[in-house]
Amino acid sequence: MDMVVLKNVTKFFVTKAFGKVTAVDDVSLNIREGECFSFLGPSGCGKTTTLRMIAGFEDLSSGEIWLGDRPVSIKTKNFYVPPEKRQLGMVFQAFAVWPHLNVYENVAFPLRIQRVSNAEISDQVKQALKHTSLSGLEEKYPSELSGGQQQRIALARAIVANAKVLLLDEPLSNLDPKLREIMRFEIKDLQKKLGLTIVYVTHDQAEAMALSDRMLVMDMGVVQQVDTPTNMYNNPANRFVFSFLGLSNFVPVALHDGLVWPAGSASSSLECEIPEDWDDDRAVLAARPNEIQLTPEGGYRTRIKNRVFLGDYVEYRMDIGDTEIRVQTHEHRDFQVGDVCGVRLGKVKWYPAEDEVSDEERERRKVI
Amino acid sequence: MRAGQSLRGSELRRMEGSRFNTGQLLLVISTVILIITVVLPVAMIVYNVFFYKWSFDWSLFASMLTDPDNLAAMWNTVKISFLVTTLGTVVGLFFAWLIGRSDIPLKGLMKSLFVIPYMFPPFIGAMAWGLLLAPRSGYINKMFMALTGGRTPLFNINTLAGIVFVELCYYFPFVFIQVSGALERMDPTLEESARIAGANQMTVIRRITMPLVVPAIAAGAMLILISSLSHFGVPAILGFSNGIFTLPTKIYELIYRASGSFEGIRQGASLSILLVAVVVLALALQRRVLRTGRYDIIRGKSMRPMLIKLRGWKAPLLAVCFVFLAITVILPLFTIFGVGLLKAYGVPMKLANMTLNNFKYVLFESRMARDSIRNSFFLSITSAVITMLVGTMIAYVIVKIQPRGKGVLEVLGILPYSIPGIVLAVGVILTWSGAFYLNLYNTIWIILIAYIARYMAFSMKSASASLEQVHDSLEEASRTCGASHFESLLDVTLPLIRPGMVAGFFLIFLPAMRELTTSLLLYGPFTRTMGVAIYSINEEGYTVQACALAGVAIIIIVLGELLLRFVTRERRGQ
Repeated sequence: MDMVVLKNVTKFFVTKAFGKVTAVDDVSLNIREGECFSFLGPSGCGKTTTLRMIAGFEDLSSGEIWLGDRPVSIKTKNFYVPPEKRQLGMVFQAFAVWPHLNVYENVAFPLRIQRVSNAEISDQVKQALKHTSLSGLEEKYPSELSGGQQQRIALARAIVANAKVLLLDEPLSNLDPKLREIMRFEIKDLQKKLGLTIVYVTHDQAEAMALSDRMLVMDMGVVQQVDTPTNMYNNPANRFVFSFLGLSNFVPVALHDGLVWPAGSASSSLECEIPEDWDDDRAVLAARPNEIQLTPEGGYRTRIKNRVFLGDYVEYRMDIGDTEIRVQTHEHRDFQVGDVCGVRLGKVKWYPAEDEVSDEERERRKVI
Repeated sequence: MRAGQSLRGSELRRMEGSRFNTGQLLLVISTVILIITVVLPVAMIVYNVFFYKWSFDWSLFASMLTDPDNLAAMWNTVKISFLVTTLGTVVGLFFAWLIGRSDIPLKGLMKSLFVIPYMFPPFIGAMAWGLLLAPRSGYINKMFMALTGGRTPLFNINTLAGIVFVELCYYFPFVFIQVSGALERMDPTLEESARIAGANQMTVIRRITMPLVVPAIAAGAMLILISSLSHFGVPAILGFSNGIFTLPTKIYELIYRASGSFEGIRQGASLSILLVAVVVLALALQRRVLRTGRYDIIRGKSMRPMLIKLRGWKAPLLAVCFVFLAITVILPLFTIFGVGLLKAYGVPMKLANMTLNNFKYVLFESRMARDSIRNSFFLSITSAVITMLVGTMIAYVIVKIQPRGKGVLEVLGILPYSIPGIVLAVGVILTWSGAFYLNLYNTIWIILIAYIARYMAFSMKSASASLEQVHDSLEEASRTCGASHFESLLDVTLPLIRPGMVAGFFLIFLPAMRELTTSLLLYGPFTRTMGVAIYSINEEGYTVQACALAGVAIIIIVLGELLLRFVTRERRGQ
């Protein structure tokens, strides 16, 4: 069953400086039961606004949102269920644990609101605290606890009332990297154990890939791609998705005489196969630094400009035409600065030459 | 020279360089200044009340304490402060919440309008309300009696209720400012997570928002309580004619009636001790309340908080805001300038009866009014400059040098803050009219000393705040570059806190311009301040001239306030 359904959801804000700005543009998607689904994108892309519309903190400008078979927002009918009636759990980036209540009361709050009996509250809170490894800290106040523990309180509070859908808004970005990794696994564990449906907002692609069953990448309010992490990494739908999922090189090229000519290079072409259905005479080739091969002979000949030894691998920089690329390689074959070597881009993705949003437009979106 | 070779003491001394220690010097200077300006006056009050001709004698204090008039004054003080604090907190909280958490329109405008009463000198407000609601002559009461044809006025402002009303109008911003600030800085997700947990808006307000702003409410309420306990202007202007006294006005009356005789001053000093005891009790209460909760509610990314939709209530509540502002700000302002423009007090307020003569009179003709403006400027600027410099120095010692015993400095610095202006004035009289071979009474210097003591806490607070922003490493970096402690202070720290010092200057200059209480006990024939001049012209019955001078004072204060905003905005722009 689909637990969260968005139908043509649009949200625009009217600002004084820029007029009407579309923050979320015609988003439709189905999130299935028991699925961990991530919204990934840069800041200001609309992912948090979308999550807040699901939570009920933002009204829609148009479209519908359903939780399971229950509508919660239908703009055309002016139908809107307030956040407290949506039976969701939510965890915020800044933890949002109440400083005036101790751990027990923080977690018990949703049950107190539902007027559950004290005995039952005690049971359920105990359970939730056990799930989040907080047992024994009931009497502590948030200010006495570490960031990781505070975020666990928030998590316990979100699951205590048996919400089926959990909304997590960058829950780990206030934690240090080591703790972040631990919590990532704990959230995943908890999801499996309790059969939760999780909607997870993040700007960290590694986090999204590690956690998600499926994810979407969003940019400037528009969904760029929805897929499993593996598929998305292997087949990014466009340049934006490609660049957002890892390190990337983009080489603009021109095609003529059946060969691929990097911009700024008239003498030598790249060794690379042109897709059969490519009918433009220009393109941008996208390649990951760790998939590019360097060879002593053959390939596109160029001089090593820079070399950095980074332990696990060596990173080189060199020019292809007038585009600088970076290459990361584990090969024992070592080049020095000034050496001439051959470059094979390997598995490349072909994208149309004009496929980028102006910086101006990006700035404009960031303002909201 | 080889390492490890033993050195003689003198050689070591030479290698150490100058032994001059800037920190120690600053500490000594700071302590001496605070002892002279703050400790001495307080000590003199205590001494003069309990000792007579070098021997302990508390009969005076006992007789003052049992005098029913004095007890009535104390009871009035407590009643007024309690009512002003309670009502002021409710009013301030209501408007702060309305602007911070509802979708009421025109928020920016209202926020700046609601702070206006804060700058309005309360005693000028009291004058205005006296003109409007005095039982027989007040404009509103006359209109009301004309309308009803009766002889009963609508409201008599010369009562306890009247005093409470006027003080309320000018003190509620304390709570408003504190709570608005807390609501603004509060992480909205604290409230949102309660919504998601199933709580509706009213429950969120009750169980989450309210408990979290309790410290801010308490802080604002205590400011109101302490201010109204020591407040002089409003009860003096509205209460005297009806025989209503509070402790501060009673102290004034005792000293005034004795026309400067030592016995009167001693009596005033006895009541001063009583007043300070009440204030200290209130401060202790504040400590207790504030300790119950100090939460870190400022965190996370700033998101717009969810605003409560007022729907049908929007228009009525907006109307409430504007009516309230009209009553507290526009009406008194209009009255002061309107009456200030009249040819004579009592003639109907019509264009035909208007003249600029009163303004001409106070600005150019009356020696007393002109002197008072000059004196106020001199005193405000001088005391602001001195206090700012000394306050910065003391704050530097406390924040950066942190010597042993800095707690004593801190307490000494904020002590005058809890000492009512009228009490400080009594102490200054006892100290500086010959007790230490220096008689400054009737000169402008005695007022200056009192101002410096009174505003030291302001300047220390603002200087500490800006000094805490300057990281220690900046000065350390300068010292590694070879600058001495003093040079580092001069070339690195001072330039960095200069904008804060400029703002600090205005924070003293503006209240000093509208000061009444302290100056009223200390002025001499040629050293009236604007507040004193307005007060005495008004008391002598020259109402229109008093209003004109009050109008001039308001214009000066508004201009100063605008300048302050301009200065602080520029600082933020950097």
